[in-house]
Amino acid sequence: MKIRKIPTLLAATFLATGLATAASAKTLVYCSEGSPEGFDPAPYTAGTTFDASGRTIYNRLVEFEHGKTSVVPGLAESWDVSDDGLEYTFHLRPGVKFQTTDYFTPTRDFNADDVIFSFERQRDESSPWYQYSPGISWEYFNGMSMPALIKDIVKVDDLTVKFVLNRPEAPMIANLAMDFASIMSKEYADKLQAEGKMEMLNQQPVGTGPYQFVAYQQDAVIRYKANPDYWAGKQKIDDLVFAITTDAAVRRQKLEAGECQIMPYPAPADIEALQSNPNLTVGEQEGLNVGYLAYNTQQAPFDKAEVRKALNMAIDKQAIIDAVFQGAGKIAKNPIPPTMWSYNDAVVDDPYDPEAAKKMLADAGVSDLHMNIWAMPVQRPYNPNARRMAELMQADLAKIGVTADIVSYEWGEYLDRSKAVDHDGAVLLGWTGDNGDPDNFLAVLLGCDAVGGSNRAEWCYQPFEDLIQKAKVTSDIAERTKLYEQAQVVFKEQAPWLTIAHSKVFMPMSSKVKGFVMDPLGYHRFDDVDVAE
Amino acid sequence: MSEQALPGAPARTINGRRQMLAEFWHYFSKNRGAVTGLVVFILLVLIAVFAPLLAPHNPDQQFRDHLLSPPFWQDGGSLTFLLGTDAVGRDILSRLIHGARFSLFIGVVVVTIAMTGGILIGLISGFFRGWLDTLFMRIMDIILAFPSLLLALVLVAVLGPGLINAMIAIAIVYQPHFVRLTRASVLSEREREYVISARVAGAGVLRLMFITILPNCLAPLIVQGTLAFSNAILDAAALGFLGMGAQPPTPEWGTMLAEAREFILRAWWVVTFPGLAILITVLAINLMGDGLRDALDPKLKQS
Amino acid sequence: MLRFFVNKLLLVLPTLIGITIVAFAFVRVLPGDPILLLAGERGVSPERYHKLLVQFGYDLPIWQQYFNYVIGLLHGDFGISISTKRPVIDEFLARFPATLELSVFAMTFATVIGIPAGIISAVKRSSVFDQLTMGVALTGYSMPIFWWGLLLIILFSGMLHWTPVSGRIDLLYFFPPVTGFMTVDALLSGQKGAFQSAVSHLILPSIVLGTIPLAVIARQTRSAMLEVLGEDYVRTARAKGLTPVRVIGLHAFRNALIPVVTTIGLQVGLLMAGAILTETIFSWPGIGKWMIDSISRRDYPVVQGGLVLIAGIVMLVNLIVDLLYGLINPRISHQ
Repeated sequence: MKIRKIPTLLAATFLATGLATAASAKTLVYCSEGSPEGFDPAPYTAGTTFDASGRTIYNRLVEFEHGKTSVVPGLAESWDVSDDGLEYTFHLRPGVKFQTTDYFTPTRDFNADDVIFSFERQRDESSPWYQYSPGISWEYFNGMSMPALIKDIVKVDDLTVKFVLNRPEAPMIANLAMDFASIMSKEYADKLQAEGKMEMLNQQPVGTGPYQFVAYQQDAVIRYKANPDYWAGKQKIDDLVFAITTDAAVRRQKLEAGECQIMPYPAPADIEALQSNPNLTVGEQEGLNVGYLAYNTQQAPFDKAEVRKALNMAIDKQAIIDAVFQGAGKIAKNPIPPTMWSYNDAVVDDPYDPEAAKKMLADAGVSDLHMNIWAMPVQRPYNPNARRMAELMQADLAKIGVTADIVSYEWGEYLDRSKAVDHDGAVLLGWTGDNGDPDNFLAVLLGCDAVGGSNRAEWCYQPFEDLIQKAKVTSDIAERTKLYEQAQVVFKEQAPWLTIAHSKVFMPMSSKVKGFVMDPLGYHRFDDVDVAE
Repeated sequence: MSEQALPGAPARTINGRRQMLAEFWHYFSKNRGAVTGLVVFILLVLIAVFAPLLAPHNPDQQFRDHLLSPPFWQDGGSLTFLLGTDAVGRDILSRLIHGARFSLFIGVVVVTIAMTGGILIGLISGFFRGWLDTLFMRIMDIILAFPSLLLALVLVAVLGPGLINAMIAIAIVYQPHFVRLTRASVLSEREREYVISARVAGAGVLRLMFITILPNCLAPLIVQGTLAFSNAILDAAALGFLGMGAQPPTPEWGTMLAEAREFILRAWWVVTFPGLAILITVLAINLMGDGLRDALDPKLKQS
Repeated sequence: MLRFFVNKLLLVLPTLIGITIVAFAFVRVLPGDPILLLAGERGVSPERYHKLLVQFGYDLPIWQQYFNYVIGLLHGDFGISISTKRPVIDEFLARFPATLELSVFAMTFATVIGIPAGIISAVKRSSVFDQLTMGVALTGYSMPIFWWGLLLIILFSGMLHWTPVSGRIDLLYFFPPVTGFMTVDALLSGQKGAFQSAVSHLILPSIVLGTIPLAVIARQTRSAMLEVLGEDYVRTARAKGLTPVRVIGLHAFRNALIPVVTTIGLQVGLLMAGAILTETIFSWPGIGKWMIDSISRRDYPVVQGGLVLIAGIVMLVNLIVDLLYGLINPRISHQ
């Protein structure tokens, strides 16, 4: 029955999309986990939205290398950084075409105006595009402090753009590979503005990316087709379909029934069965995240590194991986995940040794310690069940004579209260990386500026701070790598956190899917993917 | 209401009451469905009361070597776990037995809160009329304008997910039915001769409300109460199923179903039994409710 | 007659205002600051926080926020979704046809089976058929439909592979939405097999959503028929020697229909509650699922707007039923 349907399918897609290629159109169906919030990636922060817009429809000046966290040329062929680190000059790729769709036909190639437009709309409050439909705000652009960082964006000529910064910032390049930096067509935007349909920018997208938008049926299906004019060559699959399936069990069923060829986020309980299915392969990688327990290092007795070390040694992390992550996690020893460049594999984790821990605590003069463990009320990728995790820790700590109380608040309040410098005890939290740059973990979570903010350990330690600040203004990657490796050693000695785990991400797919690369940043990218007949 | 029930205050003597009860039982026991429902219901109450003695295992104990083992009659099942185990190795039968406690508890609490509040508001509205009545009735209209489950969901979101909050939310949502019924009965009763004579005899407001009028409005309220009882169990299970009711690992039937959803095609028993338990309980109560209604409603009795 | 209409409308108005107050108040007391939740682990600077506060209008005094909200409602502005940043009304309209289509199918299923079953039960009172039908109806009425849906999926999708697991139509078919009704659009598209596919996706959800209304309608029809069959004019008709079919069809059923139609109309609220569960189980992209998702995302404006819209629709349908009832049965309107 399935087989008989196929000719109709082809005819159908054929007619509807106006595809004029060979009759053997290749289709890849991806059972995605949710609906995109919109098709302009810049106002949003959800990975689901980025998969459906930024990574399929659009390009950026620079791109994340497939399967890595490093950055390679995208719409910019090359770039130079001035010696003071304040000026980034991008040389744009010539001859790049925007997609031709039912609703827009470009008359010119991509140029510097498009770059300027894509950033100015987020920067310039007087631009009509700053709030092109009510409620639009630029979360990531602001979240990455771009307004404070960018002084000016200058068009040097049609194919050269210069970014002038207020201070040197090496992670700038990585920021420009993020989705909010996706390049929009100014010509298309002008057309929409003239027609008074500006909000369509978010519903009928036009980009330069590998796939172009065909149709979206709310909460059900997104359809794309390969961009025939893609500057890096047309994709091997002709039609890409996102079948929105929020329920993990249903995703699995559809995958097994062949209704889709690839799916994200399987239920942990299903992984074993999926792996043993001969028709499927299951990709596997650590996520770009870390779950941690941050001691308030400004509160006695957690102000002593020995005490923090002792507590670290009292907690059985393997038991947490088994019970809380159910195998979908990996013990963390560093504050950055192993897929990130500069990860220092030479660092040795604190061993699980309750006896030694007890002794260290006694040596530090701490007895009858009574402490709070904060447990988040929500499920996060880096911590599927904070409550259960806290209970395990509570039991472990009891074995060395430490009494722990578990406290929790509503999520928004939790985030807010745990920021306060004088919050009481140790906080369970975590972080999912944005741009694959170590600075995005080490400075954001452990830097002196972040005390009273996202630095929940309230930890400001000069030797560490010096290393990460130096790395921030150095543009040479090899140099930066060295500095970050050192910083991780200092971190381990001082132990402001108990590093708990990095989640493991699984990606089950049909064996017919070729060339899909697990992305350390957590994207689901379909460029260069193929389906075997 | 037929007119012949009118003369004087309706039978309120001990003898009269006994006679009423006997008559009621006569009609009730003739209804086979109702009796079956009653028997099942009594069994459920017993199961709930003696759950710790009846359950073969602790409902929260995880047998790590027996994950998702099927019921005993299937291949791979064992008599240790008669109805099989769930994804973390807990005995399903034991969880179902303990779940009976939660479901009956939910029913009792919801009906008690909704009925007490509803009767009180209904009495006040019907007895005093005026602006208070208008205000109360408008509020009830507003509550009724929202689909009950949606309103309960939003209420739980406000109060925070959990069994207690789910019960409060459901009770609030059910309140208007009791208010309207009580008010309507009070309105029809308050001009009756026996009430007027009691009033003339100098009975106080409270006495008139609770002792003179209320007992004569009880029949429809009891029927509505059984209906609310079964609906409360259904709605609490639905909230649990949507993750807004009792939280895991509580062995509440709806919550068990929510946890079982991901195994739907692999382990039919984890999905089937909790739902069956809900269905049997609700059906038993509804059978009783039908029997009650027929036995209490004189009009249907005659036909 | 006119006074009856005007009175009904006047009664509806305060309820409508009440609905907006309730929806507005709920959303204000929902725990969790939406701006903090939106920012997540990243956090938000105090300046930015304040800016967003102003942008969402949360900095104004409560009464003014309510006032602005009502003014907006009168202009058809139900607010902007925090997560998608699109107008709530657009989001609602994009999903409403899916729910409406499902409801129409479910009610059709319920009436087509429920009314004949009720009539036959009444005519053949106390027969085996009657007892069986009423037993099934009471079971249906007692059914936890979210479980019922899962069972049907296990049986028909999992074991027999007769029906699809979720969605509105097979992915193979693609055509532009015209009416939003998948079945109608499928026919309009002229694509072979599209209509069958849309219908096959509707079968299980319609059965699940229609189960309780079916039970209610069957029971209501039966009791209404029983009442009418006992009336004098039916007895007279029988005595005159009219065939049973004519008696039942022409005389009895026509009169029994009034309460039945009212019952059907009053199922709307119940349908909406059922839609929340049915849509969750079948991943049906309608407003029930949308509300659930929005509640868990704490998308305040959506919850608020959705509550008002849904309650408004339920009220509107009830009002229409009321008015129709008044038209059919003049006795009511004169009271």
